[in-house]
Amino acid sequence: MTEGAYAHSNSQRHCGGVNGVNIDINQFVQSFLEESFEGLEIMESQLLGLKDDADTETINTIFRAIHSIKGGAGTFGFREVAEFAHGVETLLDQMRAHKRSVNPELVKLLLEANDCIRDLLIASRDGVSLNAQHIDRVRESIDELLQGPASADKAAPAPVAPAAVATAVAVSNAAEAAPEPEAEASPAPGAVTGFRIHFVPEHGILRTGNDPLRIFNALADLGELSAHCELDQLVPLDALEPEECLLSWQLVLKTEAPEAKVRELFEWVEDECELVIEALAAVPSADTVDALAEPAASAEERLDAPEDTGVADVHPDTVSDDGPTQDEIPAPKPADTRATPVAETAETAADTPTAPEHVASSAKRPPADTPKPDLGQARSTERRGGGESGSIRVNTDKIDALINLVGELVITQSMLSQIGEKMQNQENDACLEKLFEGLTQLERNTRELQENVMSIRMLPISFAFNRFPRMVHDLSAQLGKQVELRLSGEQTELDKTVMEKIGDPLVHLVRNAVDHGIEPPEARSQAGKSPVGVVHLNAYHKGGNIMIEISDDGWGLNRDKILKKAVEKGVVAADQHLSDEQIFDLVFAPGFSTADQVSDVSGRGVGMDVVRRNIKSLGGSVEVRTAPGKGSTFSIRLPLTLAILDGQLLQVGGETYIVPLVSIVESLQVRANLVKSVAEHNLMYRLRDEYIPILFLNELLGVPGTRAKLHEALLVVVETEGQKAALVVDDLLGQQQVVIKALETNYRRVEGLSGATILGDGSVALILDVAGLIVLGRQHSERHHQQKDAATAHTEAA
Amino acid sequence: MAKILAVDDSTSLRQMVVFTLKQAGYQVVEAVDGQDALQKAKATQVDLVLSDVNMPVMDGITLVKELRKLPAYKFTPILMLTTESGDDKKQQGKAAGATGWLVKPFNPDQLLATVKRVLG
Repeated sequence: MTEGAYAHSNSQRHCGGVNGVNIDINQFVQSFLEESFEGLEIMESQLLGLKDDADTETINTIFRAIHSIKGGAGTFGFREVAEFAHGVETLLDQMRAHKRSVNPELVKLLLEANDCIRDLLIASRDGVSLNAQHIDRVRESIDELLQGPASADKAAPAPVAPAAVATAVAVSNAAEAAPEPEAEASPAPGAVTGFRIHFVPEHGILRTGNDPLRIFNALADLGELSAHCELDQLVPLDALEPEECLLSWQLVLKTEAPEAKVRELFEWVEDECELVIEALAAVPSADTVDALAEPAASAEERLDAPEDTGVADVHPDTVSDDGPTQDEIPAPKPADTRATPVAETAETAADTPTAPEHVASSAKRPPADTPKPDLGQARSTERRGGGESGSIRVNTDKIDALINLVGELVITQSMLSQIGEKMQNQENDACLEKLFEGLTQLERNTRELQENVMSIRMLPISFAFNRFPRMVHDLSAQLGKQVELRLSGEQTELDKTVMEKIGDPLVHLVRNAVDHGIEPPEARSQAGKSPVGVVHLNAYHKGGNIMIEISDDGWGLNRDKILKKAVEKGVVAADQHLSDEQIFDLVFAPGFSTADQVSDVSGRGVGMDVVRRNIKSLGGSVEVRTAPGKGSTFSIRLPLTLAILDGQLLQVGGETYIVPLVSIVESLQVRANLVKSVAEHNLMYRLRDEYIPILFLNELLGVPGTRAKLHEALLVVVETEGQKAALVVDDLLGQQQVVIKALETNYRRVEGLSGATILGDGSVALILDVAGLIVLGRQHSERHHQQKDAATAHTEAA
Repeated sequence: MAKILAVDDSTSLRQMVVFTLKQAGYQVVEAVDGQDALQKAKATQVDLVLSDVNMPVMDGITLVKELRKLPAYKFTPILMLTTESGDDKKQQGKAAGATGWLVKPFNPDQLLATVKRVLG
């Protein structure tokens, strides 16, 4: 039935002529996929919020989402998706019309259908096979539901709303009947040689934008048309309403086209006119048989004797210029048309809705006309091109702001060059002042332009948050827990790349919160809490960072259990003295899991250590706060973007280095009495109550040059992941935003460096990786110790 | 060359329609929903409107009604882009004053054939 509908919609649309435009619709597939995935997300979130039938706007929104997906899928050749979506759309349409009520089972089914469509889309995009069983099962459930109520209504005792039954039947009949006119016409396409058409349009027909002349032009495209205009309804000029159509027509169309094709040209005005279409009966049936047997000959015959058809009221001058004359009609054309039996055409359409061109073109287009690329093949090429593309949809406001800024920049630039010319001619202070004015303006514009360009890559974090309502809904059902998910700060913007990479860690943390954080309802009740646990996802900006917090109001982390486990697993020594903070931090240690039993939900082999590693690789950090019985909060700090960094320029020897401003705690001059020597080569600096290792950058980075005396140098205290270090530098230069260039892609990874940048004077400066430097420092001093030990051993042996 | 207003909330379908029409030499104005379309139609007189039916903010049926209220659009052809299941939508559209429809899914050839049929 669905296929029938598609075959119909494709095969009936051969109303036009040859359009010399060759368009590959595959170029829009990416865009279709993007908006479909967005549509599915909308559908999912709306379904999760759907409470009852009264929620018309929500149902409408869901309907629109699936409706668009279906439309696009049909257009871009995702046949399976279109078919599947059709059933879902019908269900939603019934919900929209209050013929079907909202209940949890229906919502669950629609959620499953949502997953199926996503899977189908991904499978077609990537050219992979998928779990057909699951999809078939959901499809069957939908079909059952769709067939269910109709039969239930029929079986029900009659008095209940017979009108509704009648409507339902009429609708389904209409849907099934739609393809039939063609089917009816198909058995004997050549039985008639034309039609007599009586066309009496309603007076208001022009007000719907319809124009009888256009219909006649289209008729003339089908064959030879003669028209006789009837003026009997015309009124005297003073009574004439110029906007009304008071004419009617008698038309005679000599054509090989089936009646359905002729009717199709009137389909837009069917309800606005009296229309009688009669087949021209002049041709005896024997001729018809001949015509079928020898199509070319019969066509010639007809061309030779057009007057023999008994046409009355022929007005050759009313035939449209667009209509083909006898000479223009190519003799083999009727034979061509018939050579493609309609049945076969319909079948082709049913099989390949991806390439309906074949159908559309069969009537008029010469076979040699521009071959269309095979869509299936073309898409498989795209599949090879890889799944996720790097495209991004940008709010037009952002682009407009950019265009505006570039305009400003051009103005400033021309202003500066003018001043430059003036200065060449005459030097004076006024010009110099103007120049600085221009430079300030240029600087401001450049900065704003940069910020705007950066913002193009920014997306609201709701893109990452959107998946959680569904996930928490499913998880809590699976675990028998009651969990409410609260989202806040969804509009906080984050770089697209960061967003893509933070997805998995977030999933893990949310999953953990539901699985391990929130207690079962009974336990909560016993503890005097509401049986419904709360998981809260929050995002906000703080400094140059974005903070994402995942908190729950569950058990909280168990200090003793964690410590015991850590000792068991050998992560820490039994006698090691640790602060609470350090103990809780152990959950991020590799291979650590405190759950009594690994459940379906969390036991996926990805530990919190991976979460921390992933976040670190983005230049961020994660830490946990917890209170027993009150819950835990995991805080993720991420840089807003990976492409730009606020940096502090340092001088070491003759080299300039950059330290990310966020890792700098303070900078100070060395006071000799605060430098302590721990081992011979391990210097510590006493900063208030803390001892901080001193790292000599020139040694670690192998820079020759001045480390005159420690006492004359400067210390830059940096901090990362709770560890501090004091970097010895010769000088502090300015602070500036730097554009990060990866070392890996341009050279190779270097310990202690996270990237490079190009400074204003064109020179390259390396960006220091603080965490890496601390590790390097430790290795450096260990090596020193070993060398020293070896030397001592050697001396002793000697 | 004739100017056409293409209205669809689906970016991919709108892109296809716009691209196809432009390739065929038409001037095209785009709109993402009925309200957007109405504003654009008021700003520029177009010769043909192609509009989706199901759209947020203002749907296609309302758009047709609103356009027909404008003297400049009294006789302008307006085609609805509907799905094959949208029989009632076709009727609603016609009642609102739409000229006709083009059934989704359609391909570029079908689109151009229909546009040609209306614009000549």
